[in-house]
Amino acid sequence: MKQITLENLPDFIRGTAILGTGGGGDPYVGRLMLQQELEKCGSINIIDPDDVTDDTLAVSVACMGAPTVFVEKLPNANSAIEGLRISEREIAKSFNAIIPLEAGGINATLPLVVAARLGLPVIDGDGMGRAFPEFQMTTFNVYGVDSSPFVITDDGNNSIIIRADTALRAERYGRPVCVQMGGIAQVASYAMTGEEIRRSCVPGTVSLAVEIGRTVRETRIAGETDVCTGLVNYFEHSNPPRFSRILFDGKVQDVLRETKDGWTIGEVSLLSETGADEMKISFQNEYSYAMRNGQLAAIVPDLIVVLDRETGEAITTEGLRYGQRVKVLGIAAPPVMRSEAALPIIGPSAFRIKEPFVPLEDLAWRDNANSA
Amino acid sequence: MHIGVDVGGTNTDAVLLDGTDVLAFVKSPTTDDVGSGVVSAIKTILEQSGTDAARIESVMIGTTQFTNAFVEGKKLVPVAVFRAALPATESVRPMVEFPDHLTRQIGTQSYLVNGGYEFDGRIIAPLDEKAVAAGAKDMKAKGIKSAVLSGVFTPINSAMEDRMAEIILNEAPDTVLTASGEIGRIGLIERENAAIMNASLCDLSHIVVNAFRDALRELNIICPLFVSQNDGTLMTAEFAEKYPVLTFASGPTNSMRGAAFLSGESDAIVADIGGTTTDTGVLIGGFPRESAISVDIGSVRTNFRMPDVLAAGLGGGSHVRDDGNRIGPDSVALDLLTEAMVFGGQTLTTTDIAVAAGYADVGDSSLVKHLDKALVNRAVDRMHAMVEEATDRVKSTQGEVPVILVGGGSVLINRDIRGASQVIRPEKSGVANAIGAALAQVGGEVDKVFSYDKIGREEAMEEARQSAIERAVDAGASPDTTKIVSLEEMPLTYLPAGAVRIKVKAIGDLAPAGEAS
Repeated sequence: MKQITLENLPDFIRGTAILGTGGGGDPYVGRLMLQQELEKCGSINIIDPDDVTDDTLAVSVACMGAPTVFVEKLPNANSAIEGLRISEREIAKSFNAIIPLEAGGINATLPLVVAARLGLPVIDGDGMGRAFPEFQMTTFNVYGVDSSPFVITDDGNNSIIIRADTALRAERYGRPVCVQMGGIAQVASYAMTGEEIRRSCVPGTVSLAVEIGRTVRETRIAGETDVCTGLVNYFEHSNPPRFSRILFDGKVQDVLRETKDGWTIGEVSLLSETGADEMKISFQNEYSYAMRNGQLAAIVPDLIVVLDRETGEAITTEGLRYGQRVKVLGIAAPPVMRSEAALPIIGPSAFRIKEPFVPLEDLAWRDNANSA
Repeated sequence: MHIGVDVGGTNTDAVLLDGTDVLAFVKSPTTDDVGSGVVSAIKTILEQSGTDAARIESVMIGTTQFTNAFVEGKKLVPVAVFRAALPATESVRPMVEFPDHLTRQIGTQSYLVNGGYEFDGRIIAPLDEKAVAAGAKDMKAKGIKSAVLSGVFTPINSAMEDRMAEIILNEAPDTVLTASGEIGRIGLIERENAAIMNASLCDLSHIVVNAFRDALRELNIICPLFVSQNDGTLMTAEFAEKYPVLTFASGPTNSMRGAAFLSGESDAIVADIGGTTTDTGVLIGGFPRESAISVDIGSVRTNFRMPDVLAAGLGGGSHVRDDGNRIGPDSVALDLLTEAMVFGGQTLTTTDIAVAAGYADVGDSSLVKHLDKALVNRAVDRMHAMVEEATDRVKSTQGEVPVILVGGGSVLINRDIRGASQVIRPEKSGVANAIGAALAQVGGEVDKVFSYDKIGREEAMEEARQSAIERAVDAGASPDTTKIVSLEEMPLTYLPAGAVRIKVKAIGDLAPAGEAS
């Protein structure tokens, strides 16, 4: 049985920061919440989606709101549990597992805290395989899991139940409620059966976060290769293997950032040490696409991760600054995130990007063909 | 005339300044009792310059005593935390991440009560005054005498922290209080941590500040006493006694400000090359740029203002390996005078390279004559490249700026630095810290979330500016010279356009004696 424990907690948190792909909120508070629970309960069980039985009924719990508020009015596990109870009453059934909505950022942690308090296991999988900014941007939605009842609760357990025909509508109606609740609220949504879990989730992402964090730590201690290369080696041999590639090595030359419609939108320019190559990465809360010397290098839903060259720690879009030495890692999204059904919901068009989706490995192949 | 003193872990330095003239300076050992080291340092500079103690207008002291005490977990007192926040924040109790060696002394006592604010100033819940009173009774029964006041979004409204203070003092009048909203910024846990650090130092701050006072009394110096803060401004001795945490990291700040003064540059990069590391930071308008990221102190995270300093593994004692291709990060440090080859030792260090290359004159150069020229050249290249990389990394924009080199290890660098408009090596850089302390001004700052929809942008900005200036004047600045030095506006994501966080800082010259309120 896979578990999250106090021992692998630092690895897990480091991994969720990398899977946050530049967004997802500061994992610091998530680490403290989980540390406090693990000191009481010792461990949290993680179940492989393939081992999920048909009588499983899971629900996702997550925070909605502004990361700038999360650091002050912290995510609230009790209020998330209240939302879960309301959802149970709505559907007249009890949940026996928790499934994370996101694999990256603070929402990768809250479900584990809730599971620890309720003594429930957590599904080793999630609905995003990384971090995305909105609730409809999930593989749960792509593969037909109903987001309703979409239960929003505040710290005082005041609640609103949204029944909407689409997840997009639930997101649109929920957002202003969240603002009224003080800029942060807990959401229980996407109640799903064992069959729906197997059909719709991005599998293995909880243990993936632990593995990524472990790889960073061990590579750093061994000191033979840099962290980015260590991660590429890891993905090559992971089960199943995933294509990944160092997209750029250079320094931050410029950062443009603006807040628009509640999103942090911007672009970071990187320059190689020789000055011969440049990369521009656009972000919309998370990193969305990267252009190297004017050619597409990676695009959402594939993962773009910016790492500090020396330490291998993830750098968020808010943490970008002139002069940082970074490496940019591209990681192929798993097949469930790249299907024809998935791309309109979590692909480039969902972010109003004109470029069509091209898989990371095809872009790499093009690149190699050009330079040959 | 002013006296600047820097009480470090190893040395106590003192300088005597008349306006901007350095009349005398001295380096002497730090003593266990702190006070006698300060006395002997000040005595030396007064004698050197033949100055009468009566002519001293003010004394400014920078100290690392409090940082060191917290990091080493020494001389700390038990602390109780009162957090006005429930039903919010129950998922993270205070001091979750504090290491055992700290909680053994500080404890983990906390009282979470109903209260706190929303980002827009609405209340989460009315303050549960009965719970605060009950907590105060319990705290008193447990013999805890230092308490932290904390709460959700208390930097935007201090009313609940103020009320908690009244209730606690009513139940336990001897309690020493630290209000988190007074010292930290947005970020509940980090702000609370900074307040806990402060509260844990309340006994030591009393002892150290009194030692400073006694030292001046012993020397017959009757003038205001100030202590330097980590942002390069001063606080009164009384204020320092209440907020010792504000001295954390004042060492690098004073060093950078002293370097600025000695070189006459106010916008520059300062590289302080010591025995083991090179600490590089940026001066903007004579003040160090502040760190945008959180800073861990003794493995506890805080978010209060700190100078943004980048440490790189290059110092005068750094090991040289791989045929000169690899420098540091380890160093012979304090053993340089026995371990380095030029001093007859067996370890190849950066100092040996600088001597072998012919531009440094330390130790016996004949002991490094045999070194391979190519190796020496590679190591010299690498050392310069490390300083170039460090200075470039801390820059906030492209373009050339002056680079000021200070510290004993600055002999390692003799070429131009790429990206530097000029390289400056000021004299007397050994006492830059004490000079920086003597030059400090007085400041005040505000970090609040405002709702533009409610009061409008102009009014919000004006309110923030005024309250920063008031804070500076309260801290001892003369009102005429106090002005706004920085103003940042940050719209909050995922919230309606009206919510904006404003950070303002005001700084002024020290008010002449008698004028300060």
